[in-house]
Amino acid sequence: MSGEVRLSRRRFLRYAAGTAGALVIGIGSAEALDRPTPVALLGDAWSQVGPYLRVAADGRIFIGVRDPDNGEGTSTSLARIIAEEMSADWSLVVVEPLGLGVEQGNGEPRFTYGRQRSGDATSIPAAWADLRQAGALARWLLLQAAARRLGVPADQLRGENGMAVAADGRTISYADLAAAAAGIDAPTTLPPLKQPERYTLIGQPAGDVDAKAVVTGSLRYALDDSVGNPVIAVIARCPYPGGTLDTADRDAAKAINGVYAVIDITPEQGQTQGMTAQAPALAVLAQDTWSALAGRAALKATWKAGDAPEPSASVLEQKALDLFGDDAGTPTIVREDGDIASARKKAARALEATYFQPWVAHATAETPNCVVRLDPDTSVTVIAATQSPRQVYTVVQRMTGFRPDQIDIQVPRGGGGFGRRLEQDYIAEAMAIALAKKDDAIRNRPLKVLWTRDDDLARDYYRPMAVHRLNASLDKGKKVIGWHQRMASPSALVGRATPDNRLWQSELVADALPAGLVPNFRSDWYPLDSKLARGEWRGSPHVTPTFASESFIDELAHAVKANPLDFRLAMLGDARQLPYSGRGGPIDTARLANVLKLAADKIDWSRWLRSENGLGIACAYVFGAYVAHAIEVAPTADGIDIHRVVCVADVGRAINPLGLEAQLQGATMDALSTALNLAITVKDGKVQQTGFHDYPIATTQPLPYEIETVIVPSTAEPTGASVIGVPSAAPALANAVFRATAVRVRRLPLLREFARLR
Amino acid sequence: MAQQGPTSPVPVPNKDANQPAPKPVREGIDLIVNDKRYRHTGEAGMPLLWYLRDVLRLTGAKYGCDQGDCGFCTVIVDGKAIAACQTKMEKMSGKRVTTVEGLAGADGKLHPVQQAWIDEDAIMCGFCQPGQIMAAVDLLSRQKNPSDADIDKIGNLCRCGSYGRIRKAIKRAAGTMKDKA
Repeated sequence: MSGEVRLSRRRFLRYAAGTAGALVIGIGSAEALDRPTPVALLGDAWSQVGPYLRVAADGRIFIGVRDPDNGEGTSTSLARIIAEEMSADWSLVVVEPLGLGVEQGNGEPRFTYGRQRSGDATSIPAAWADLRQAGALARWLLLQAAARRLGVPADQLRGENGMAVAADGRTISYADLAAAAAGIDAPTTLPPLKQPERYTLIGQPAGDVDAKAVVTGSLRYALDDSVGNPVIAVIARCPYPGGTLDTADRDAAKAINGVYAVIDITPEQGQTQGMTAQAPALAVLAQDTWSALAGRAALKATWKAGDAPEPSASVLEQKALDLFGDDAGTPTIVREDGDIASARKKAARALEATYFQPWVAHATAETPNCVVRLDPDTSVTVIAATQSPRQVYTVVQRMTGFRPDQIDIQVPRGGGGFGRRLEQDYIAEAMAIALAKKDDAIRNRPLKVLWTRDDDLARDYYRPMAVHRLNASLDKGKKVIGWHQRMASPSALVGRATPDNRLWQSELVADALPAGLVPNFRSDWYPLDSKLARGEWRGSPHVTPTFASESFIDELAHAVKANPLDFRLAMLGDARQLPYSGRGGPIDTARLANVLKLAADKIDWSRWLRSENGLGIACAYVFGAYVAHAIEVAPTADGIDIHRVVCVADVGRAINPLGLEAQLQGATMDALSTALNLAITVKDGKVQQTGFHDYPIATTQPLPYEIETVIVPSTAEPTGASVIGVPSAAPALANAVFRATAVRVRRLPLLREFARLR
Repeated sequence: MAQQGPTSPVPVPNKDANQPAPKPVREGIDLIVNDKRYRHTGEAGMPLLWYLRDVLRLTGAKYGCDQGDCGFCTVIVDGKAIAACQTKMEKMSGKRVTTVEGLAGADGKLHPVQQAWIDEDAIMCGFCQPGQIMAAVDLLSRQKNPSDADIDKIGNLCRCGSYGRIRKAIKRAAGTMKDKA
């Protein structure tokens, strides 16, 4: 009652009979071992498959979602991809988040569900490549079973809304076919995928599968897990990057009612950045959060900044400007086409501009937290919102020495990710505390570690501050013939086993536009030193460079008295494919021109010249998606008012347009909020921000009420959705502000700089 | 799932909150949460948020900032929305608290605001939404037909930026509640 079909060299689609007449389908590797899996998915002890799909005899269809969902909507979209291929009745689908799939391989762990990483808009393209096959196999098996039952050839049956339908109109529900389908012999090759013309779920709007659980408060985020009455820990961390503990009154903390213990945490030396605790720290363990917080306050911990304290961003900015000066530094040449020097000699017009962007934080809604249930002799369960369950496993395995079958990583829905949860510092801290809590009263109890908001802002893996200097050469025909961009930033890849000549890869994208559009082009990157921890932030290699380049293109258009939309379209030129070494390429210039034109139409760009309000536009190519923003800004007595924001995206086939719209709106909101107001600043060697009062993520004001979205109909391969709406929003805003007020903002956050300049 | 709190709440068997409480078994702060009586016997300085989350295991109200800035922990106390992180238990004696868990009817029927949130697909990561919903319930109890400016005054933070759909959901709920009234 089982079978398998080869999916790739090392992975198989498997199916089998579950209990009570169920059909179970999954993706597994050749020598799968027994693994704990969600009971709802498997329903019995048969666990040889990575269980993506279970067709129960009662009609329900359980779909496991492998990639973490931190608000990207993948629980819904990945499940829809499987449900579509099997022609399931969506109203009967139950979605379960899969924990980490890991088993013992030949001396190293084997990850049975694939990458399981959410970040950089990768989940949907990956699912498109393999999860569709799981759904197609289910449909094929169910239709084979129906063919036997009805006595007609299987190719005369079709799947439709949870039923096998015969040409003569007879139907059998999948529920009735599940048991028989599990007994069908495996097909010799992968069953064919559905023709897109027959899609009924993909391309149609679907609400989030967790909506009811969220609005009733029953959804359990990791922070909400209280199974086994966990000990609560909060942590006093050294606020100085590179600093150390000076004094702390541990006894005063322990004297607080409800406090059990104070435990020292020391980052492990020699570990990769992001794979161990960030800072020397003291954890206060207590019966409840309030007692732990009171204990932490009672510690009155003081800290030493250490040698060479972290300078303010202005010091780093000055270093960048020095590096950009002649012969001051040797950059990594990221891309070079033609000869920018000869272009400058030939130029009728040369322009230069320098853009400054601050450190920014992730400030996820749900602060970092982690639940650990550890039995030091037998097993560990770790419950945490993460974007990278495999990395969680790596840390937990290293710190416990356990085998894969002793480690259970559970990944509930997370309260925002944005790149913060690609880091494992909060996992490593929690593991260190769990391993160290030896007192009898707490040894056997679970542990829950909470980061407070000030912790979160003080010890983030920040998006690096960056300085960009751009030079352009234009010929008499207003054509850009030379482009030289220099960027200086502290790379987020320092300390992550990356060779020096690759450190730029977290900072910018080699083939990002206008590379490929300008015959003489050079992109240089210069390293800056910083002790602040750095990380990925919502597609960050696309974000600060796009603000600089799309602002600068606007400046060029202004300098030659051109309409910035026409200027951009002229730069894009004829429809063609541009080679692109990053993910998603090549770039189709026609698709980019199309989103620009659609954004312009939507905001009525014909008003550009005469409108009192300022219209700004910008575009970006992000992980295979084409995005443009058009923004209308009105000057006001005391500043600016954002009237309208349009976001147009071509992501190929949109799996769930409702979810895509939410992602575009949310990313645009965040990009505008960040550009308008947000900066992490360093003073006296430490981060100054402590909460939303001084890191004021926008609420409804001053953001616009509505982000108007246009989703380009497309049958191209689907790309991800979660970060693509970020890069072009801020430059479109700055360009609109310039048009409205004649103030060119080259330094973010925008409102502060605008107030200084006007 | 039965979960034992660190300082066990003392639920009084009588579920009808309108009847007089029986004789105290221990000294403490008596309050009503989602129509059930509880007695807090722990620290009087504990904020309501941690009482709800750590003691009663009602985790619908979320931790967001501890500074009253984000609104993730919004609950309704005696008919008014408050930040549970800023409200100490010593002020809670005799108060009636509604959390997001207490919003749906006893039959499980969703409150019109909850239903509107689903209908507008207003959740993204969802973490702020219990607080958003409680703030909206509070607003709609005061303003049957709230304007955009009224909605702006809520000021709850949504890190995912779902503000447009939240606005639509509040207006949709206002419509449903008016139809029923």
